[in-house]
Amino acid sequence: MMKPTSAIGPLSNVSLARRAWNIRRKALLMGEVQGQGYIGQALGVADVLAASYFHALNYRPDDPEWEGRDRFLLSIGHYAIALYAVLMEAGILPEDELETYGMDDSRMPMSGMASYTPGMEITGGSLGHGLGIAVGMAMGLKRKNSSSFVYNLMSDGELGEGSTWEAAMAGAHHKLDNLICLIDFNNQQADGKSTEMLSSEPLEAKWEAFGWHVQRVDGNDMEAVVAALDAARAVAESKPRAIVFDTRMCKGVPFLETREITHFVRVEPDEWSKALAVLEEGTPA
Amino acid sequence: MTRASMSRKYERRATIAPENRIATSAMIASLAAEGYDTEPAPFGHALVELANERPEIVGLTADLAKYTDLHIFAEAMPDRFYQMGMAEQVMISAAAGLAREGFVPFATTYAVFASRRAYDFIAMAIAEENLPVKICCALPGLTTGYGPSHQATEDLAIFRGLPNMTIIDPCDAVDIRQSVRAMADHDGPVYSRLLRGKVPAVLTRYKPEYTFELGRAQVIREGKDVLVVSSGFMTMRALDAAEVLAQDGIDVAVLHSPTIKPLDTETILEQAGKGRLLVTAENHTIVGGLGEAVAAVLLRAGVTPTFCQIALPDEFLEAGALPTLHDLYGISVEKVAEQIRSWI
Ligand SMILES: Cc1ncc(C[n+]2csc(CCOP(=O)(O)OP(=O)(O)O)c2C)c(N)n1
Ligand SMILES: [Mg+2]
Repeated sequence: MMKPTSAIGPLSNVSLARRAWNIRRKALLMGEVQGQGYIGQALGVADVLAASYFHALNYRPDDPEWEGRDRFLLSIGHYAIALYAVLMEAGILPEDELETYGMDDSRMPMSGMASYTPGMEITGGSLGHGLGIAVGMAMGLKRKNSSSFVYNLMSDGELGEGSTWEAAMAGAHHKLDNLICLIDFNNQQADGKSTEMLSSEPLEAKWEAFGWHVQRVDGNDMEAVVAALDAARAVAESKPRAIVFDTRMCKGVPFLETREITHFVRVEPDEWSKALAVLEEGTPA
Repeated sequence: MTRASMSRKYERRATIAPENRIATSAMIASLAAEGYDTEPAPFGHALVELANERPEIVGLTADLAKYTDLHIFAEAMPDRFYQMGMAEQVMISAAAGLAREGFVPFATTYAVFASRRAYDFIAMAIAEENLPVKICCALPGLTTGYGPSHQATEDLAIFRGLPNMTIIDPCDAVDIRQSVRAMADHDGPVYSRLLRGKVPAVLTRYKPEYTFELGRAQVIREGKDVLVVSSGFMTMRALDAAEVLAQDGIDVAVLHSPTIKPLDTETILEQAGKGRLLVTAENHTIVGGLGEAVAAVLLRAGVTPTFCQIALPDEFLEAGALPTLHDLYGISVEKVAEQIRSWI
């Protein structure tokens, strides 16, 4: 099943690298307003989000519930800051709300919730929900003869949840060739490195054994990310597709990249502007 | 006004005056001490101390050691600590297995994930077999602004329905520190709510001789007009509200009931029979928690004081800053005092 690519990507002359940069910048601005946020995750996953929203996905910015859209599920509610950034970049969320991130009465709570934010398909926060819901949406789209894809963005931590693997079996059993699971493998969880806590390796072999088409690429290499998304959509067999993206937390801000990486990366009050300045130096065309 | 009552999807909301809007704090933050002395990580330190005496104690977590103070135990006794990864169900099943082999596991996660995701595993692998697994959970009730995914507003209701389960809702560092030993001494499953980080020491300020006793409610403050029966940090709120109300000449007694199940019916009936307005106060939905448990005890015994409940509404709550939400849902000191005043 080949898909038409998004009208936004090809028709726009803004490069994907620039989109990713814009996403990183917006996330840093949100972090600066709040003085905190899951900035390490947002910087790490920015390239995957840029390629998803400006190359792979089909959607209408002014109609986030458009029936013909590809569904993009953020299973990892704490990554909301990253999704808000890309939703703004895509024109789904107004940019003037950036300053409300994580504040009382904001439409952009710290943890993503469907009823608060246009473009946030599901309520996250309790990890391990996305893939199961994605399975059901993919089944529903098939029942409706829709050609839309369902993308589920999840984390390496979620690979520990049993619900993930129940959903993986279901996806293959029901031959959901309209289901694409994106795994942000940053090798980090709340208490430490996921490989040292509950290893999910060998990960490609697992997904394959569960009946999925699987790829594993460097999630901060834009060309590789784009190629993987294209390949996932173009698979001929009737099976769901997984892409494991190895990403680097804090990517794009070297002094944060090299700091001790934790689930909640510490950024001092004066470092937000410094991070923005460092990012500025590497502005792509 | 709450989100549920507005039911306005995506709409920009305006429940809080712009100048009063504050930021949701990070998950690692402690509950504000609000004028009390604090103790760091009372659960973690008490567990290490007890484990030094008792080799059968082991610790497990589902990727939340740092966020439940179990990292103190993990650092002190790495060979008795099991990092299970973010897999609450197998953590609970494995704790059951360890208990079957003679160990006394303390298993930690957030209250939402134990009560919701792992419930069946707790019910069948642990409670039905009456195994001595101690499930200690951070973020009870409304102690985070992250929204319903992290707000365990119905955990007490869920576990109250479970036979064999003992339930503790500690108020402060003293309760937490001392209840660790009480849990280990109790030969059966326990669910305990946990306050982590810098935890205020509240009860001994009002009653220096206070000690935690499993299954026992204790009068922390005497008063002739109102009796508040409370648990968890709502006892701290009740005590603070009592000070405020004293200035208006309203004399409030506070009966702290940190054991939710089995409830200390004897003390509650004795105290409720003194003709005062009875108010229950809990950091939990109005459905199925301390308030309804107390109401049932009273009705069954034919003791019927005027009865009012301070509790969270039967709704999925908002995201936002904790002080804002505590005010919005009536569990801040000011709102507790206001409600009691209105019922007098
Ligand atoms: C079911 C569930 N268990 C535990 C948590 C608490 N928690 C929040 S984030 C997190 C780490 C999960 O791993 P991952 O998403 O890979 O973390 P990150 O890469 O963002 O550090 C945990 C354990 C949760 N939100 N949901
Ligand atoms: Mg991770």
